[in-house]
Amino acid sequence: MKVTEKDVAHVAALANLELTAEERARMVGDLNSILGNIEMLNELETAKVEPMSQVSVCSKDGAMREDVLEGLRKSLPHQIAMANAPETDGTFFEVPKVIER
Amino acid sequence: MTATALAESCYARIERDDPKIGAFLTRSKERALAKADEVDQRAKRGNELPALAGVPVAIKDVLVTEGTRTTAGSKILGNYIPPYDATVVKRLDAAGAVMLGKTNCDEFAMGSSNENSAWKPVHNPRDLSRVPGGSSGGSAAAVAADMAVVSLGSDTGGSIRQPAALCGVVGLKPTYGRVSRYGLIAFASSLDHVGPFGKCVKDVAAVLQVIAGRDAMDSTSAEVAVPDYLADLEKPVRGLKVGVAKEYFGEGLDREVRAAVESAIQKLASLGCEIVEVSLPHTKYAIPAYYIIATAEASANLARFDGVRYGFRAQGVKSLSEMYRRTRDQGFGTEVKRRIMLGTYALSAGYYDAYYLKAQQVRTLLAQDFEEAFRKVDAIVTPTSPTAAFKIGEKVDDPLAMYLADIYTVTANLAGVPGISVPCGETKERLPIGLQILGRHFDESTVMRVGYAYEQG
Repeated sequence: MKVTEKDVAHVAALANLELTAEERARMVGDLNSILGNIEMLNELETAKVEPMSQVSVCSKDGAMREDVLEGLRKSLPHQIAMANAPETDGTFFEVPKVIER
Repeated sequence: MTATALAESCYARIERDDPKIGAFLTRSKERALAKADEVDQRAKRGNELPALAGVPVAIKDVLVTEGTRTTAGSKILGNYIPPYDATVVKRLDAAGAVMLGKTNCDEFAMGSSNENSAWKPVHNPRDLSRVPGGSSGGSAAAVAADMAVVSLGSDTGGSIRQPAALCGVVGLKPTYGRVSRYGLIAFASSLDHVGPFGKCVKDVAAVLQVIAGRDAMDSTSAEVAVPDYLADLEKPVRGLKVGVAKEYFGEGLDREVRAAVESAIQKLASLGCEIVEVSLPHTKYAIPAYYIIATAEASANLARFDGVRYGFRAQGVKSLSEMYRRTRDQGFGTEVKRRIMLGTYALSAGYYDAYYLKAQQVRTLLAQDFEEAFRKVDAIVTPTSPTAAFKIGEKVDDPLAMYLADIYTVTANLAGVPGISVPCGETKERLPIGLQILGRHFDESTVMRVGYAYEQG
């Protein structure tokens, strides 16, 4: 499977990246080189092997807890939660226009 | 000596040496001196002091720290001031440790040389023309250059152990689930670990003692009792079965590194360990499996950086979708974009089964390799890195060559087993070499005990 410039443009759009023409050309080469190495995995017969998404040594109850009103810690005060916002009116996050007319 | 005097002496050292090394991104002097004073007042009153009272620590910049700028080595978080402390930072603070500042790293912990930091490279204290390793290069260099006594790093594919080896210090990646990751800026959640650096195994054990254990804020942290690590160090190693796997001594391993590791194995034998040959047959598939899984998870984790709630936002844009794209394009560096692209590709329609599912199946095989081996042995020793520290710039244009720097370390992340790197000699050019010791899940005690016996022997 060879990655083309068109694939790169498609994947960049999926990832919300706007690559320059130069970056796009470089990405085609890099992805093909890395994926070339990854082809090695096809040497292994894995049809009957279960996929592993997580190390399963953790406690099974660990992921679950009672649903409590305050949660595990108090929510951040509004002002602190907004303190890192690039643009805000003090109450909401401000963003450019969402719907084009 | 007071905690305040110790902190001041660390800052004096940072002032003098860090302009050449570049280990720190942000210093938190006000917080450090307040903490040191608190420790000193407590000592003056004759109160009992906690385990790490007054110990100066440096924290990798991927761990959030309340009120202290945290960038993850990225422009996209260039002005981010977290509103809370990561659990590990909070636990160190409660144990009396004094946080000196935040250490340089590859952007979002993606890299093996620290050259992917958006701010500046880190220079290896042993030879300033060489890399310190990565991604926790600043945390390793800070300890190696005596600018901090201990430090914290993160390890997704070797990012604690490899820089420890290249800088000549000790670095430990604990078992998956042993140490909370609440407040760790996520790279690949099924592979990310937090762990300590120190000059010796004992220092690393003392820090692990404080940060280990279940945290309700991290549902992947395990409910497994934390042993007395410092007491366990002193147990004898005589009779322990130590495995050696030929797969870790193949092509690409530097001759001097091989010789140093082989002589370390002999030393362990002379200390009474029984050396047993084991096989981890799928080792060569670890790098390709790792780079699919890690990048796939990264592409999802890094989707949150969109310029809305925190961090950098691109200016002069007309629509929301343009803002997302421009923000991410200007905010992320080349390697981060490369990994987001690779991960997105591997997860995209038509390629999911061929890449992502395949890699997860190979991960099962790699984990089974370790299960098999640990039925026969108590620990496995390998080189930490195939080479000693390479030159700054040497691999920067070849991403695949850079990925292969992690060839001996990614396996432990995929399987979730603990691993430590301890110094085991030097090359002719006086560059440090690291010995990696791997163990069973939640058996950091044995891993550190073997390291300690080697170090003391």
